[in-house]
Amino acid sequence: MNLLSLVLINLGRNKRRTILTMLSVMIALFLFCALRGVLDTLQESIKVGSESKLVTRNKISLIFPLPLAYQDRIAGIQGIKDVGYGNWFGGRDPADERNFYAQFAVSENYIGMYANDLDIIAYDPPQAGAAIPPGVDPKLASYYLDREGCVVGELLFKKMKWKLGQKVVVSGTIFPGTWTYNIRAVYRAKNPAMGESALFFHWKYLSEKGMNGQGMIGWYVLQLQDPKRAGEVTRNVDAIYTNSAAATHTETERAFQAGFVSMYGNVPFLIGVIGLAVVFAILMVAANTMMMATRERTAEVGVMKTLGFQDGTIFGVVLAEAAVITLGGGILGALVAKFLIEGTKFNAGGMLPPMNVAWTTVAAGMGIAVLMGATSGIIPAYQASRLKIVDALRRVE
Amino acid sequence: MALIDIQNVRKIYRRGNEEVVVLDGLSLSIQEGDYVALMGPSGSGKTTLLNLIGGVDRPTTGSVNVSGTDIAKLKPRDLARWRSRNIGYIFQLYNLIPVLTAQQNVELPLLLVKMSGKERKDRAQHALSIVGLGDRTKHLPRQLSGGQEQRVAIARALVSDPTVLLADEPTGDLDRKSAEEILTLLERLNREFKKTIVMVTHDPHAAERALHRLHLEKGVLESQSGTYPVLTPA
Repeated sequence: MNLLSLVLINLGRNKRRTILTMLSVMIALFLFCALRGVLDTLQESIKVGSESKLVTRNKISLIFPLPLAYQDRIAGIQGIKDVGYGNWFGGRDPADERNFYAQFAVSENYIGMYANDLDIIAYDPPQAGAAIPPGVDPKLASYYLDREGCVVGELLFKKMKWKLGQKVVVSGTIFPGTWTYNIRAVYRAKNPAMGESALFFHWKYLSEKGMNGQGMIGWYVLQLQDPKRAGEVTRNVDAIYTNSAAATHTETERAFQAGFVSMYGNVPFLIGVIGLAVVFAILMVAANTMMMATRERTAEVGVMKTLGFQDGTIFGVVLAEAAVITLGGGILGALVAKFLIEGTKFNAGGMLPPMNVAWTTVAAGMGIAVLMGATSGIIPAYQASRLKIVDALRRVE
Repeated sequence: MALIDIQNVRKIYRRGNEEVVVLDGLSLSIQEGDYVALMGPSGSGKTTLLNLIGGVDRPTTGSVNVSGTDIAKLKPRDLARWRSRNIGYIFQLYNLIPVLTAQQNVELPLLLVKMSGKERKDRAQHALSIVGLGDRTKHLPRQLSGGQEQRVAIARALVSDPTVLLADEPTGDLDRKSAEEILTLLERLNREFKKTIVMVTHDPHAAERALHRLHLEKGVLESQSGTYPVLTPA
């Protein structure tokens, strides 16, 4: 036996209480890390945006469209290499209304503009003899040749148990009707923040079937020749349309993504506060448990001191007991949060990157567990160390 | 020089505004190898005297010198260290740690000494075999009889080979047979292992087994009796 085994034996004297306290600490730290994970995920969603791309949207709001006619004029501005565009579709799975995933109608060059962010990992080869459009990725040839073709993320593809070439049916909400798509390729995100749960299809298909050929789009993506010129290009683009019916608002893609996060307003703050409140409540429980456990052993503390145990040793033993409970529960809770939450790959139907709990959050959780151990153990440890032997022994004799 | 030398000790406790004089100018010397029984009515100061000798409590005034150390002057940390090396304490209610086995209970004082786990284990087993419980090392206190528990407590007091054994009514919670066994064991520890023993007891029969008997009355030594003139009350 040594002092550490003495600590562990002491913890085992009331196993139910120790396990319950450890579980409550574990759940508190799990909740803390899970809630912080939501914030991590929101933060991660910003990273999908690049500083070398600009996004131009309607100045009033993203939900108001912009004319397609802007494309050529924007493309003519100095410093812009390429201009693509996209539109939110927002269809529903007719088989299961709750099974939501993001769909985007995009320009023909859109996927190519993100070639550095995603890999095409599976594709339907084009029919023999089909003329492949010049300059396109051969892996996407069948997508470009099919008006109803679509490219889907790997995660969505696996989740829906789809197959290449399969017909996918979606009920339109903003653009009513039944929409069918043929899966022509599957992409994998190089940057996890990009997500793999979206479906991209031809904007032309949307325009022809859903807009009666109207040339309206949701946003433009502007590939810059030089990211350093972002400020100048931004001003130039917006200056052109300042007095038009559909004025524009241009910003870097990263700022555009951050704008989504800012829409949550004080929710991230509230999430943080709730996480800390849970930890604080459990801290009180842990402290109370440690005080009870120490009070029950007052006589034993007296005996140990009579045997020659010094105040510091008694302090250390009691503090170590609190530390084992809170650190054990805390580490377990933080790690369970990390692996369980990331294992679910929840991504709000492709609206966010897969939910993740950053290692910094796990480390913060463990740090809080250490603090909990110190805070919950310090009062009973101090009381036990200051106890006079005569007083301690008198409580039983 | 006496092993235990107490000079003009007063011990006063405070209860609110009231002062209670428990020991009043007591002086006493006990030679090495003696076996002394402290007797007297409840509240006479027997346990307080025992606590002062063991460095568990401090006198209000006066000096307590044990093994050449004026323990009243030691700092708390030094006093704890001194206690672990010089004093073995035996309680009336045994005061074993209920979640530790007999052997672990006996090992407890050795945690304060630098030694290997094996040596600690060996010494604990040896101490248990001295008290006749070599075959009960893995038993928890609740699995032992009162007499056996007290023997484990004696082994715990003995394991660090202290100079002085202090026993506070060691037979007070035992039946006659178990009490006899404990008294025989204490006698043996005094005779064979040359341990100096100071025992508080209410039981005249138990006191008869000691070499000397001291009677305390209201914090003052009243009388002494015994076989050797080694006791020198002031």
